[in-house]
Amino acid sequence: MKLPVSWLKDFVDVSALEVVEIARLLTMAGMEVEGITFAGLPLPARDDHGFKVSGLAWDRDKIVVAEIRAVNPHPNADRLTLCDLFDGEREHIVLTGAPNLYPYKGRGKLETPIKVAYAREGAQIYDGHAEGQVLTTLKRARIRGVESYSMVCSEKELGISEEHEGVIFLDADAPVGMPLADYMGDAILEVKINPNMARNANVLGIAREVAALTGRELKKPKHALHFVGESIEGKVQIEIANPELNPRFMLALIRDVEIKPSPYWVQRRLRAAGMRPINNIVDATNYAMLEIGEPLHAFDYDVLVRRANGGPVVISTRTARAGETLTTLDGVTRTLTEMNVLVCDSSGPLSLAGVMGGAESEVTPQTRNVLLEAAAWNFINIRRTANQHNLPSEASFRFSRGVHPALAEEGLKRCLHWMSAWSGGQIAPGIVDAYPLPPQPAMVELRESDIRRVLGIEMPLQTAKTLLERLEFTCELQADDRLSVTAPPFRLDIGEGLVGVADLMEELARLYGYDNIPETRIADPLPPQRGNPSLEAEERVRDLLSTLGLQEVITHRMTAPEIEAKLLPRGDNPSLARLEYVQLANPIAPEKRVLRRSLLSSVLNVLERNARLRETLAFFEIGAVYIPQPGGLPLEPRRLAIALSGRRYEPAWDVKVGVKLDFYDLKGIIEALMEALHLEVTYVLAEHPSFHPGKCASVLWNGSPLGVFGELHPQVAENYDFVAPVQAAEFDLEALLAALPSAYPVRAVSEYPPVLEDIAVIVDEALPADRVEALIRQTGGKLLASVRLFDVFRGEQIGAGKKSLAYALTYQSLEGTLTDKEAASIRNRIIRRLENELGAKLRG
Amino acid sequence: MLEKLAQIEKEALEALSKIEEEAALEAWRVANIGRSSPVMNVFSQLGSLPKEERPAAGQRANQVKTALETAFAEKKEALRQAALARSLASERLDVTLPGRPFRRGRLHPATQNLRRILSILGEMGFQVYTARDVETDEYNFQLLNIPPHHPAREMQDTFYIETGETDEARRLVLRTHTSPGQIRAMREFSAQNPQNPPPIRIALPGMCYRFEQITARSEVQFHQIEGLVVGQNITFADLKGTLSEFARRMFGRNARTRFRADHFPFTEPSAEMDVECFVCGGKGCSVCKKSGWLEILGCGMVHPVVLQNGGYDPARYTGFAFGMGPERQLMLRHKITDIRYFWGNDVRFLEQF
Repeated sequence: MKLPVSWLKDFVDVSALEVVEIARLLTMAGMEVEGITFAGLPLPARDDHGFKVSGLAWDRDKIVVAEIRAVNPHPNADRLTLCDLFDGEREHIVLTGAPNLYPYKGRGKLETPIKVAYAREGAQIYDGHAEGQVLTTLKRARIRGVESYSMVCSEKELGISEEHEGVIFLDADAPVGMPLADYMGDAILEVKINPNMARNANVLGIAREVAALTGRELKKPKHALHFVGESIEGKVQIEIANPELNPRFMLALIRDVEIKPSPYWVQRRLRAAGMRPINNIVDATNYAMLEIGEPLHAFDYDVLVRRANGGPVVISTRTARAGETLTTLDGVTRTLTEMNVLVCDSSGPLSLAGVMGGAESEVTPQTRNVLLEAAAWNFINIRRTANQHNLPSEASFRFSRGVHPALAEEGLKRCLHWMSAWSGGQIAPGIVDAYPLPPQPAMVELRESDIRRVLGIEMPLQTAKTLLERLEFTCELQADDRLSVTAPPFRLDIGEGLVGVADLMEELARLYGYDNIPETRIADPLPPQRGNPSLEAEERVRDLLSTLGLQEVITHRMTAPEIEAKLLPRGDNPSLARLEYVQLANPIAPEKRVLRRSLLSSVLNVLERNARLRETLAFFEIGAVYIPQPGGLPLEPRRLAIALSGRRYEPAWDVKVGVKLDFYDLKGIIEALMEALHLEVTYVLAEHPSFHPGKCASVLWNGSPLGVFGELHPQVAENYDFVAPVQAAEFDLEALLAALPSAYPVRAVSEYPPVLEDIAVIVDEALPADRVEALIRQTGGKLLASVRLFDVFRGEQIGAGKKSLAYALTYQSLEGTLTDKEAASIRNRIIRRLENELGAKLRG
Repeated sequence: MLEKLAQIEKEALEALSKIEEEAALEAWRVANIGRSSPVMNVFSQLGSLPKEERPAAGQRANQVKTALETAFAEKKEALRQAALARSLASERLDVTLPGRPFRRGRLHPATQNLRRILSILGEMGFQVYTARDVETDEYNFQLLNIPPHHPAREMQDTFYIETGETDEARRLVLRTHTSPGQIRAMREFSAQNPQNPPPIRIALPGMCYRFEQITARSEVQFHQIEGLVVGQNITFADLKGTLSEFARRMFGRNARTRFRADHFPFTEPSAEMDVECFVCGGKGCSVCKKSGWLEILGCGMVHPVVLQNGGYDPARYTGFAFGMGPERQLMLRHKITDIRYFWGNDVRFLEQF
């Protein structure tokens, strides 16, 4: 909400407070000031609070109120005028091009001088002809043969608004010679109104807060209404179909208005507050709304009388019939639903309640008599209607956040006061008030112990009473140390019971000052420290993988099925694409319309994006995937995905090995991870559509798979823009973490010398190496301390379809030094079993 | 004979002084102090000398032999030193050449900061509690005192899950904050002892989602860490004390804090905690937009309705909650101006952490 400080001053005397101090008070009390635009008042010398400050200060000596006494033609230019101007000190001839001065051209001395904003030589203003706000200093110049050194200003030139169609015509009572900054210098605060502060979306509300925060007096608006003429009783009637949706509806009539522009000061304030001045009647409704917070609506009364065929005007409110239509003020014909509430007369709908008026009954320049509406609506209903028709307006902004029905009367009377003052209209006696459902004021019982318990401070109830009364709560100290607090008749946000107590705590804390509440240590006992083993294990995996040289990534969890389908060879039966996904009802983009099911897809996307940035890439991610469950919340299992690609050794000035990362590089990483996690797993050749059929393994623990890895299938790799073969893995992290042993044994270390020996055996190519090693280990038993495969050889010497596996064996005992004879006996047993059980031959 | 010995010595030493390499030295040794060297021959000729000359000649021969042996040893050591010096001189490296690259793995910056925050909170007694990403409207909003159609919903643009359900109250959403975890945690703990639920002190980290366009300043997903304290004597003063302590541990011993009133539907009173700018120390800079303060976390006393919904009687229990964004803190600390870097995973960004 835009709040002109000049307007605030109508209700609270803040003349001693700097603008930034007002902004600070509001910000600290929960009404954040998001920016300050100065229009006349001096900008702060220093700003310790970091407010976003912009705008223009008006030099008090150089920009003053002046009067134009005559408008004369320019000898050499039709579109320019030369004004005889008096600035309180002396007369000047001022050159202008303002179109709104043409009508006065050549009339000689004006009967009523025109009051204007006058900038003297050297004044700093904005350039009226430049795009945006460009500062310029007035200098002496000759324009078409006439000397010019000063000017009459438009709103744009003074930083009041973008208006540059003509110069400002000040109100007739503006004192000539007075510095303009003193007359109407202003600063506009942009105040963020949170939902709990809806009551303060108006000048009076903010003024009440400032008064309460500073202990100043709130000058409530006074309006002694003067009723004239015939009462409207019986001539205007109200019927409310559903009081839940429309708890109050009021109407008043003002006769013989003269439609014309509002006084300049009204227009200036409306524009400063972000509204467009229309005419005195519409402006009065907006002005009163901005002051009091009650949106108002003006009907052309004669249109209503005509529609009622001269009979009594009966205004009714009801929900719309499905399919009913209404043409709103913006000229759009809207089809309504049964949720929308309408204001109608006997011939049909007039306006969309609380949101926008109808076109037919709006006030026009010909309007003579105005029927003024002030009502209260159900805020949820208004919110839904405004959203449904996409009609955000100043009215719906307020009504959809809740406006207390009591404000209908305040707003109506304030508006009548201004309408009458600005249009010469006469207020008819007999305000009609249908108030079927007055809200019960919230009552809260407060004790000192509540304040101690929630805020942690000692505050006597008498102090609490004083503070709450500043916000117009009605407080009564009871004999038994209770404070009975009744919410004021403009607040809907105070609850009952403990909720009400919490609401009052916020008010007390705000007024007492958050700064003044001490900082203490929690006195409550520390709750049992349970830890989070599952998360700790996940973090351990992260640490291990980053230690192994992999870069962690975190990706978007929203994707599209076709992005994940890239994991399948082109032309493959799209089994992935047929998967059910968790779909977003309101995606921001087609490529982010479902939640991912594959973590590997996410990591491959990262690999692709970085493919040309580095010679070697190694990424991993740990995160959830989402598996929909019919009729319920999806499963969110965690996965681990790894992707490697590029050169095994990063090239350097003396590293020229161009060899690419392959299957066994990835397997080495996985083995290191499994070993660090103390997981005993086995690896078997596996089939998976994403992987090369000969270079893909499944990782088994106790026979069940934890994950799969291998080289990407060449046809899958084609779906991406990679520059080298990609090694990738995806693990079910939940299964992997569930398999973690709670403890693991540590073997003793022998003090006796080992016997070292190499053996090489020739076996069938098809025999997996791990079977040979397993048999060696099993046979060697305790005395075989280690087995290491150090060579795999294929060649003519050993025959086709055969391979030679060479192992380095270490025999060692915990009990004593092994003799050669003992070692030889183990060796012989190993060789015998390899020959007998695996058909191996010892290589000579 | 004595002259001969003097001559032997002189010639041998002269020859030695000219030697500059090991092989020549060895030849010298054989020739001059070897078994059939002149000086050794003198020893074998001693017997043929007149008796009276023998002692002097023998003594002199010994002297010469010792002198030559000593000279040989010295020469040998000198040659070794010279060779080493030559070898060291020839092995001088250009120490400014780069080392061989070592592939260092890293954690994502968001993980690094999440851990830092959780570790500080852990030291302060906050246990980590994790909850799900896809939530019901009930947990994400209603139980947190945000009923359907409430204006507070406009503060959080929400991703909805397509379920065919049109009733707003029964839809599934991507959590807009980690706060639904508050309800899950409170219900889990209060179920352990419904009459006397245990106190709570937890940290809730997790990914959250907001319906926004992805720009340099806004993202559809971001981490949040929330804290929740519930007990029988928890006050707003405790909130201030605990969070200021957190700020000092997180941002430095002298980090000052400021609490401003704010609004969250699930806390009351609510506040925003600003921390004195850790980039400029409060003097005013581009990071804090010259204010000297950085908006770091939102907090407040847990709303009675939320306590009630969690199974904690608001007449007996009070609590406070707070929430912050690890990525936002990183952006401030490292002057990162584009939030898209985080999930863009460009190695040129990631490698800097």
